[in-house]
Amino acid sequence: MDSYDVVIIGAGVVGCLTARFLSRYQLRILVIEKESDVGAGTSSANSALIHAGYDPLPGTLKAALNVRGNEMWDQLADELDFDFERCGDYVAAIGEDEFQQLQILKRQGEQNGVPGLKILSVDEIRKRIPNINPEVSGALFAPTAGICDTFAVTIAAAENAQMNGVMFRFDTCFESFLVEKHRIVGIRTDRGDIRCQWVINAAGLYADEVMHQAGSHPEFMIHPRRGEYCVFDPACFQIDTVLFPVPSEKGKGVLFFKTTHGNTIVGPTSEFVDCKEDKAVSVTGLRYLEEQMQRLIPGADLRWTIASFSGLRASGNAICTNSDVDYSGDFLIESDKTVKGLIHCAGIESPGLSASPAIAERICLLLEQSGFEMIEKPYWNPRRKRRPCFRHLTNEERNELIAQDPRYGRIVCRCEMVTEGEIAAEIHAPIPARTYDAIKRRTWCGTGRCQGGFDMIRVVEILTRELNLSSEKISKNGPGSEFIFSETKNQRSGQC
Amino acid sequence: MLTVHAYDVIVIGSGPAGLAAAVSAKKNGVNSVLVIDRDVEPGGILLQCVHSGFGLETFGEDLPGPSYAQRYILEAESQKINLLMDTMVLDITSDFVVTVSNETIGVQRLQAKAIVLAMGCRERSRAQIRIPGTRPAGVYTAGTAQRWVNVEGLMPGKNFVILGSGDIGMIMARRLSLEGARVNRVVEIMPYLNGLSRNYVQCLQDYDIPLFLNHTINKILGKKRVEAVEVVRVDQNRKVQPETAEIIPCDTLLLSVGLIPENELTRKIGVSMDPITGGAIVDNCFETSIPGIFVAGNVVHVYDLVDYVSQDGTTAGKYAASFIQCNWNSNRRKIPVIVEEPLRYVVPQKICPDTLRESAIRLLMRVSYPMEYPVQVSLFTDQKEILNKTYPYVRPGEMVSIQIPKSAYDLIMASQEVRLKVLRKE
Ligand SMILES: Cc1cc2nc3c(=O)[nH]c(=O)nc-3n(C[C@H](O)[C@H](O)[C@H](O)COP(=O)(O)OP(=O)(O)OC[C@H]3O[C@@H](n4cnc5c(N)ncnc54)[C@H](O)[C@@H]3O)c2cc1C
Ligand SMILES: Cc1cc2nc3c(=O)[nH]c(=O)nc-3n(C[C@H](O)[C@H](O)[C@H](O)COP(=O)(O)OP(=O)(O)OC[C@H]3O[C@@H](n4cnc5c(N)ncnc54)[C@H](O)[C@@H]3O)c2cc1C
Repeated sequence: MDSYDVVIIGAGVVGCLTARFLSRYQLRILVIEKESDVGAGTSSANSALIHAGYDPLPGTLKAALNVRGNEMWDQLADELDFDFERCGDYVAAIGEDEFQQLQILKRQGEQNGVPGLKILSVDEIRKRIPNINPEVSGALFAPTAGICDTFAVTIAAAENAQMNGVMFRFDTCFESFLVEKHRIVGIRTDRGDIRCQWVINAAGLYADEVMHQAGSHPEFMIHPRRGEYCVFDPACFQIDTVLFPVPSEKGKGVLFFKTTHGNTIVGPTSEFVDCKEDKAVSVTGLRYLEEQMQRLIPGADLRWTIASFSGLRASGNAICTNSDVDYSGDFLIESDKTVKGLIHCAGIESPGLSASPAIAERICLLLEQSGFEMIEKPYWNPRRKRRPCFRHLTNEERNELIAQDPRYGRIVCRCEMVTEGEIAAEIHAPIPARTYDAIKRRTWCGTGRCQGGFDMIRVVEILTRELNLSSEKISKNGPGSEFIFSETKNQRSGQC
Repeated sequence: MLTVHAYDVIVIGSGPAGLAAAVSAKKNGVNSVLVIDRDVEPGGILLQCVHSGFGLETFGEDLPGPSYAQRYILEAESQKINLLMDTMVLDITSDFVVTVSNETIGVQRLQAKAIVLAMGCRERSRAQIRIPGTRPAGVYTAGTAQRWVNVEGLMPGKNFVILGSGDIGMIMARRLSLEGARVNRVVEIMPYLNGLSRNYVQCLQDYDIPLFLNHTINKILGKKRVEAVEVVRVDQNRKVQPETAEIIPCDTLLLSVGLIPENELTRKIGVSMDPITGGAIVDNCFETSIPGIFVAGNVVHVYDLVDYVSQDGTTAGKYAASFIQCNWNSNRRKIPVIVEEPLRYVVPQKICPDTLRESAIRLLMRVSYPMEYPVQVSLFTDQKEILNKTYPYVRPGEMVSIQIPKSAYDLIMASQEVRLKVLRKE
């Protein structure tokens, strides 16, 4: 049977960054993931904001890890080479009544240790965001907030971990723990047992179920809370910032934000759903977006949409460990109290992405505190480089690349200008892209105005060739989502 | 380093419009003509249209798409027209520099003296009509499925529902049935057919595939692959009536919900666009607002018959030749063509009266809603009806055409505008 020092369940941003942080130690590490790629869960369907940290209640783990995490992003983006921009964000008060809340938010942020918060006058905010609702009464500006390429973060972390010796196993689902004398000795998966000393539960929406397998926290539950979004055609509408309404009991509200890719997105909605896989976009959700977005930008129109999607927040009911704070929705990050060799990170909803490097850091600390021997490697490479992106090159650079590999001259996705060379490079990358969605997340192929109308056939063809598989095996996002059922009659009888 | 190659006329797109324009430019005396296409083979969308129904007007023969294309490809070859295939046009400037990219020459800049844009059109996608539900594999545009089946020899499903009664969807319904797949139904939100009536008869009726008018798809179900769709009836205002919802199991949903002229490049050059057609505003020479930039085919507006595409491509090519031969007056007088409801649009939007001396001018129109009774399409110059044409009915899916004969030269020369009306025939 395979044997590892640490097994991480879940290749979301938390699992992958934890793997990457742990890869500096002399440990045998395996990440298992039930889907066919890293970042196939919540880590790829969120607002991609690195929150400043004025939003979480002071004293909570969310507040502490958000603010600490936020500080870590410049170094992380530099080492892992993904797009990150500290563009700042705004909370706009509409009407005089909401203005009071800006002061409360600012005070809360300062208590959390957020630097540079500033309340802007009506004139100032109108100057910065000209098409904002004319009834705006002021805004809170948080200069440390940022945006990132959320797909790239997880992929880069996983690649860097892989370069440093971490193993990944996809299409592999955790089922239960193997325990001897109150100590983890391994896990059972749908693809066999794996021996290990430590398990880190980073299973996102399923972290509660994984936890319950160990017999811990039967009272802890994750209720999926869906957030729906619409992506606007940049030719119709663009906003060059991140714009929130004032928060309510329902959360941070429907915001407008730019992405590192240059699109503008509106969302998310907030609605509890029954099923942890229910990533549908609903009529009611779209209607809610349509209504809410008018508050910030009157005249905003859902007809500008080129794509809609939704993500599920892993909303948990963990009671804040700080007894001075009355809050039951905190992150739950701890060593298991009943069995040894198990660490949970559960209820990682927003600001989970912002906090993710701090969560990884904390997991390393929990391991160390438990007396686990962690010796640093003499040669650890914290750096990973992105592969060339045709769209961002000058024509001279493009030609140099084409001279090396002509496939960089062949454009597969015209809207996003993605070449065959880039797609092939991703298929043969350290964490290989083996599905259409995996290629989409890495290259943005098919995310433009025509939404795969032209590229889909070519991408399927390239995957077929590069992976040396038959077309019937190529899928959108893993087994069960294949594109092609069979050959046509002519093809089968060899007439064509 | 980027080198610059020079041509007289560069045509973007090797579909019937582009090929016709290229051949015509050459025949009208242009020295060097280059056709660029991102596809590996010339012919455009026709290559995947293996059904017959092409060329009845031009050749008096009922040809499959690839055979129709082949006639123009052969002619282009015999005219020594340069074809640059498997090459994407990335950018065009208003001073006629075309930036292209391919595997062999890399990124290059090509200089032209005149340009014909013939990029065709693309299909509307799921996001544009905002169908709620999950995002599984198995939701394709009808054209994507057509290419898979007809060009690649691959079946993208077994059990289909088709949304939209456009021509490609109906043609695919028949094609898939012949391949042994099941086509459950075609669902259309409007109270009338979107495509040609002949396709309804030949592709749906003959294969017992039901058409549900006044219905739409309200939801897509399925996690990894489409498992079913929810079909609902809509009222006169196209509002969904939830109580009529019906779950139809299927593994594939094809979308045939409209075509959009492919005008990203055109917009970037700065050409004036018609918001209704989604194409450039043109005169009867198919010149755009930028002198020397011509357009042809589906990039101007969506045609339903290829014969007209070829004819208009020929016109565009001819005037592109005149443009570079300097016997061209870009300030020639143009008068607007105006349409009244129920006409939705007309192409060309302007005419040059003096060209009537050489040839007749054809105007192509579409109506906003069907009129299932005899109507008269009339052309007026400054209040006076100068000609009319009777149609037994008019439908949005079928283009209406009227020709201004050369004999109307004096009348048109003397007027400030041309106006088109459709009236019930008494
Ligand atoms: C609508 C929305 C908006 C958000 N906006 C922001 C934001 O702007 N800023 C921010 O900081 N945060 C935001 N978040 C939160 C952020 O996205 C999450 O906190 C973060 O992505 C959580 O990462 P994760 O690795 O814990 O979970 P996931 O990405 O869900 O990863 C968990 C992985 O575990 C796998 N898994 C589950 N069960 C098993 C099993 N049994 N065996 C094997 N693998 C398993 C899953 O397939 C999944 O890939 C948002 C979330 C949502 C939903
Ligand atoms: C499915 C279908 C069925 C039809 N059935 C019939 C029928 O039965 N009878 C009939 O008469 N008519 C039919 N038609 C209509 C007729 O075929 C079309 O109107 C005609 O083919 C349009 O020609 P085109 O040259 O304008 O465009 P296309 O044939 O679409 O050619 C455009 C070309 O431009 C290329 N291109 C686009 N952008 C770029 C770029 N940036 N760089 C390089 N190249 C580019 C494309 O690859 C393509 O090859 C049908 C149309 C379709 C779509």
